[in-house]
Formats: sequence, structure tokens, C-alpha cells
Amino acid sequence: MLLPDSQDWSAIWLTLKLASTVTVLLLILGTPLAWWLARTHSRLRGAVSALVSMPLVLPPTVLGFYLLLVLGPHGPVGQLTQALGIGLLPFTFTGLVVASTFYSLPFVVQPIQNAIEAIGPRPLEVAATLRARPWDTFWSVVVPLARPGFLTAAVLGFAHTVGEFGVVLMIGGNIPGVTRVISVQIFDRVEALEYAQAHWLAGGMVAFSFAVLLLLYTLNPDARRKAA
Amino acid sequence: MSAISLRVQHAFPGFTLDVDLQLPGRGVTVLFGHSGSGKTTLLRCVAGLERAGQARIEVNGSRWQDDKVFVPTWQREIGYVFQEASLFSHLDVRGNLAFGMKRATGAAREDEIRAMAQRFGIEHLLTRKPDGLSGGERQRVAIARALLTRPRLLLMDEPLSALDAARKQEILPYLERLHDELEIPVLYVTHQIEEAARLADHLVLLERGQVVTSAPLDEALSRLDSPLARDQDASVVIAAEVLDHDPAWHLTRLRFAGGDIHVSQRPLREGQAVRVRILARDISIAMSGDNASSIQNRFACQITGIAPAEDPAQCLVGLQAGGVPLLARITRRAAEQLGLAVGQGVWAQVKAVALLD
Repeated sequence: MLLPDSQDWSAIWLTLKLASTVTVLLLILGTPLAWWLARTHSRLRGAVSALVSMPLVLPPTVLGFYLLLVLGPHGPVGQLTQALGIGLLPFTFTGLVVASTFYSLPFVVQPIQNAIEAIGPRPLEVAATLRARPWDTFWSVVVPLARPGFLTAAVLGFAHTVGEFGVVLMIGGNIPGVTRVISVQIFDRVEALEYAQAHWLAGGMVAFSFAVLLLLYTLNPDARRKAA
Repeated sequence: MSAISLRVQHAFPGFTLDVDLQLPGRGVTVLFGHSGSGKTTLLRCVAGLERAGQARIEVNGSRWQDDKVFVPTWQREIGYVFQEASLFSHLDVRGNLAFGMKRATGAAREDEIRAMAQRFGIEHLLTRKPDGLSGGERQRVAIARALLTRPRLLLMDEPLSALDAARKQEILPYLERLHDELEIPVLYVTHQIEEAARLADHLVLLERGQVVTSAPLDEALSRLDSPLARDQDASVVIAAEVLDHDPAWHLTRLRFAGGDIHVSQRPLREGQAVRVRILARDISIAMSGDNASSIQNRFACQITGIAPAEDPAQCLVGLQAGGVPLLARITRRAAEQLGLAVGQGVWAQVKAVALLD
């Protein structure tokens, strides 16, 4: 039986690196966004919610296509990154991070938003009457009370990034060690009729996904509702 | 100079809160009114939880809000007790008690937490999570938690309204002790006249965002032009002292400035201060004190005013017994036939007395 070779291991390593980076980034960016969505009375709330949720319904190719245009040499962001001396993002690891962040955003924002909404304004008011500054309240009240939400968000963000394919192909292409993640590597193996190696990776993904979701639902029985 | 000065104007859909109050710097001030009268909003403005459109809020010489200043809630030295206990569910009772104390005083002192827990009968619950507590226990933890921040003003928003009658009776004695022991002023919101009668020193009556009455409790209850006097359950509250017991008749004698009141015997200490509530409909008027009657609680009074009651058949008679205001509701016909007039000396006969203890 053929074991995974260095190309497979490189894809696995790259995938984990990508998913970890994106998860951390999403928790940092998604938390204030989720906070705003949970608390605001602004009329923009509906529009922003819709934008955040777009990746849930759009084919990844559409997202990838427009990101490619925006990040590309003639796109506004592309021209900016070139002017800043960063170069172009498509077909780089950074480009993949940017695209994945957009793509996985709803999976992180929604659980956190639901958790913050479920807490309600009262504990924040109580904390304020007990002399806690807003930042203190966030860490000592909101984070512990919303912990299941944050946990769900991190696990879903990570797992969803590991599982993406279309956006990666559009933005990252298929460069070994740079943008060739597991899903793309599986595609290559199948194209080349190397089913044994494909099984290692595909089976691994099945086991990984099951383990992640099992963990999620065991640790946090109402995650299903929150993630929905 | 008043210790608490509140001028708040705040427009809501439906009504405008517009009050200008000078409140005493000691004792319990009850903000009383129906739901929608703005009493909770006013309390939230004092706490800074609500930002009034226009306000000048001053407590003990610190200005918390005016045109230029808005001190955020966490910098106001208040204790706030919400309608629901609102304990932090991720912390145990000790954690809840320590939360505010740590931040307000810089340290969570174990001896002080213990003493406060003892005072509220919750010392055996320190390691329990809020989920495992009864409603009454939770509210006691919430009050202790607020007091441990050593506030300069205690704000209580209907702290009993989420509790059933039995739990209320469990908490009230603690509140009455607070009333006797606390050095700081308390603003207490309620729509229950019984709570006001038991706890208030000063009463503010709010209606649709406006102050109708702001006066010491006895005056607020007995003023003939106050909506409280026109209410079906209009009453006065009298401060009295336990004089002695008469075991032969199973009676306890209370003394107030206007005379002695006999009530069914209660296990009270002689000399103990008590409050007595007398409903206006339970006072009748007699022209002399010597007529034979089954009603034996009788006080010589002077009529201070006569006003129409809600029911066109009745009228309200303001009385004074030894300087203590009383309120009687009798029929207009009786008033006419007795020839009652302001300044006249009469006898008030009290049919029923509620001892608030």
C-alpha cells in the first residue's frame, strides 16, 4: 500500500497553517463585527448581516472570481498592494489567507453574535454598576459567558477553512508548498488516478471532520442550534 | 443643601420624563408610581445606564451629569440592585460578591465578604453557583454584592417584584434592617404601596414622567390633594414604639405621639420601634371620646382639611393627632350631619391596624 508522500505531507502542513492563521484572524476581526451586529440599532445592520452571510450561499467560484479581480494587478486592492511594495496577493499564501477569511467569515461571526445576543445587555450593565470598565467587562464577563459561542466559532472557522476548495483554486491556484492545500492535492491525486494516496487524504478528511464535529457537539450540546 | 439633586429631562416615544428633585442624603427615598411612570428610567439615569437628553445629576457633591459631563456608570459610586438578581452565572456566590468589591476597593477582603454574607444569611452558599439558589437567596446575594462595593448611594429597582409572596417576606426583614443600619441614601423603586409603607422615609410619586408629590412619607400619604389619598387603599403610616404587653387580653400596646394603639399580642421587645399602617377607610369619626363602643383605639384629633373623594358619596378628612397626620374616609352625608369643619376637635376611631414588622 502506498503511503502519503512528501507532497501530501506538505499539503497537510500548509492546510493546518492556513486554517490556524485564518481562525486567529477571524476571531480577532469577527468578534468586534459580531459585537456590533448583536448590539447595534443601526439601519445598516441588515445590509451588513447579509454581506457577512453571502459566502454561505454564493458559489466559491463567484467569490474567488471577484477577489481575483479586486486583488489582481488592475483591481483597487491590487494596485494598493503593489504601491505599498507588497506585490500581488493572488497565487500567494497571503492571498489565500485573505480569501479564506472572507469565505469563512459567517461561520465565525454567527456563533459569536448569537452568543452575545443570548447574554443580553443585563450582565454588561451589572458589571458596569460593579465598577468594571468596558474592556474589563469584555474579558471577565462576556468571554466567559460566551465561551461556547467562541469555541463553536473557532472550530467551525478552522474546519470550514480546511474544507474549502473552490476559492483556493481561484485565488491560490495549485502551487506546491505555497497554495496546494489538502483538497487540491486530493483533486490532483484523483486526476492522476492515484486512488490509494487520494484515500489517505480523503479518508483523513472524513475522520478529521467527524472528530471535529463530535468534539463540538460533545463540548457544546446546543452548538447545532447556534451554528445554524 | 440636599445631598441628591436630580434634574432630568428625557423624551421617550409616548411620554417625557421631566423631573426636578431634591432628595435627602440619608434614609430611603421610594420612587413610587405605576408602570410607565418613568420611575425605573429615572433610576437608570442616576446610574448612568440611561443617558438622559438633558440632565443635571448631583450626588453628595459629585456631579455625574450635566451639559458637559457624563460620568460613565463604572465610575459612579453606586450599588445597583436589579429586578432580577442578575448574578453572573459563570461565577460562584463568592466570585459574585468579590467581583465589585475587588474593582471598587482594589482587593477582595475575605473577612469583609464573610461578614456581609453572614449579614444576609448566605454564608453557607459561598461556593454554590447561582443556578442552584432560590430566588430569594439570589436577590440577597445581589444586594450583598452591591453593598460590598461600599457605594455612596444604593439604587434598588423593584428588588422584590420578581419574587413570590413567601420570598418577599423572606427578603423584607433584610431590607428593613438595611433601612435602620445604612448610612448612605437609598433610592428604591416600587409600585407596591406596602413596600413603600414599610421602607420609605421620603416618598416621590411619579405619574407619566412627572413628579406629583415629593415629601416625607407621612406627609406624602396624608396630603388630601395627593392621588395616594384618593386611592381605594389610601392609608397613613405611623411610627410607634412598643410600650408593653397585656397577657391577660393578649394585647400589645404601642405608643405614638397621638396616643396608644392596642394590637393583638406580638413577640416584640419593649421599646422597639415599629411602623403601623392605618387605612383611611378604617378610621371613623366621633364627636366625643367617651361613648361606649367596641372600637377602643381612639385618638383626640383636630381636623386639618376636608376634600372630596373619588366616590361622590364619600369625602376625605385630614386629621392630626398629637402632630401626627391621619386620614379618614367617611360619607359626605356623615360629614354634613356631624357638621365637620376645619380646626374642629374630634375623635378618630380606628377599626383596624396593620403592624408592619
